Amino acid sequence: MEALTTFAQLLVGGVLTGLVFALVAVGLTLVYGVMDVVNFAHGEFLMLAMYATLGLALLGLGPLLGLPLAVIAMFLFGIIVYRVFVRRLLAGPPEATVFGTFGLLVLMQGLAQAVFSSDFLSVPSPPFAGTIRFAGLAVSQASVVEGCGALILTALLFAFVEYTETGRAMRAVAEDRIAATLMGIDVQRINGLAFGIGAACVGAAGGLLMLSYPVYPTAGVPFALTAFVVVALGGFGSISGALVAALLVGMLEVFGGFYLSPELKLVPVYLAYLVVVLVRPQGLLGRR
Amino acid sequence: MSGDDALLVLDDVSVAYDGMRALAGVSLRAAAGAIVALVGANGAGKTSLLRAVSGLIRTSSGTIRFAGDDITRLAAHRIVQRGIAHVPEGRRVFASATVRDNLLLGAFVDRSAAHRAERLEAAFTAFPILRDRLDQRASTLSGGEQQMLAIARGTMSGPRLLMLDEPSLGIAPLLIPHIYAGIRSVAARGTTVLLVEQNVREALRAADTAYVLQTGRVVLHGAAADLIGDPLVQEAFLGLGAA
Repeated sequence: MEALTTFAQLLVGGVLTGLVFALVAVGLTLVYGVMDVVNFAHGEFLMLAMYATLGLALLGLGPLLGLPLAVIAMFLFGIIVYRVFVRRLLAGPPEATVFGTFGLLVLMQGLAQAVFSSDFLSVPSPPFAGTIRFAGLAVSQASVVEGCGALILTALLFAFVEYTETGRAMRAVAEDRIAATLMGIDVQRINGLAFGIGAACVGAAGGLLMLSYPVYPTAGVPFALTAFVVVALGGFGSISGALVAALLVGMLEVFGGFYLSPELKLVPVYLAYLVVVLVRPQGLLGRR
Repeated sequence: MSGDDALLVLDDVSVAYDGMRALAGVSLRAAAGAIVALVGANGAGKTSLLRAVSGLIRTSSGTIRFAGDDITRLAAHRIVQRGIAHVPEGRRVFASATVRDNLLLGAFVDRSAAHRAERLEAAFTAFPILRDRLDQRASTLSGGEQQMLAIARGTMSGPRLLMLDEPSLGIAPLLIPHIYAGIRSVAARGTTVLLVEQNVREALRAADTAYVLQTGRVVLHGAAADLIGDPLVQEAFLGLGAA
């Protein structure tokens, strides 16, 4: 009975963790799907969003009140980064975007180090500090808010891409940008929008994560690494694939951390990744 | 350009790719409402001409006028807004999207629900099979059906000029008459059609006027009916005439 309760406890923890991973990963996979760019600075966008959320909280706009502002700010930041930087990289050879966005990662980490130092900073007395007890399970309120918020936002993004006119145009650009141009779609505008939305996803994730995590210059790195695994596991460019893969990774991480040891929690994640890459290189829900 | 009331006018247009000249001073006119065929061997510059008109490639000299406006330097997506639809070689339908989504993407520049419904009906009249395939992914269609979808998608923006690149290439011979019936149905609604074909016989039969391109130049043009009887055309493209 006790083992069963533990299992259920881990399951809930794994799902809630996975949902946050999903929100970070869908931003990455959307950008990759639309313009074939792997944004290596995605984790640094998350770190920036976390600092922005902290700043807003210090101004009196607590994490959830500040979240829409962080989302809008990161959306605009993403569009600017696309316009002044990524668009130029796309005109060059394919490797340009790899080295370019990696350079952005180094630059943003360095700037954060210089401006904020490497201290761990947290939102003072964040809300949802309590614990929810239900049927013998104990879950922190913050992780429930984070998981549910991430699920809602991921679902909204999915609905946007599947059911709106602009989302349909995005799918068209993802599939064939020449044919999309011939439909009268401005590919540069759609690319910029997708990059902005990708950044807005981590804007939201940053807002949610500050409920329970501290921020420091490399705070985005573990999330970005997990997001890369999630995107590859779910199939590059697939939003539903990213959600499925993120839940899987969240559970593997939580179960691994408990049944193996906390230091080894990522081992089952990377093992699963290796198996999928060997058996199904296009990812769980990827095409081709 | 005195008395030039043609819908599309190319004046001395040249195009070069990587230093290779694809078009060398081509002039062409497409009268409103006509079907104009553009024929010639592989590499004659037919596709380059369509790509220059739709803005996918830049001209190195010359002007392209559409409905009286100079569109030579306009971005490709704006040219679609002006009323030119280009159905590219190889169909390029959005394979993982449904037939319905493909058609709606064709209407991207015109969101009016009334226009869309009306054009969808016209597309079903031209290509009845599409009505039964609406919710299938385009990848599940046969090559001929994909070509029909590509043409129908091209008509969904309500273009004044529809440019078709090799609509019968790689299509099962049995389906080619259906595709041409659809093209005639589109033209009958008043849409001007610029048709690029290697299937010269089929193209000249459907067209009102025709241009023959050879290594980037217009070598012959006139009424399609006259060109069918022209010795040069018969010898070079129809496999007739003295060997």
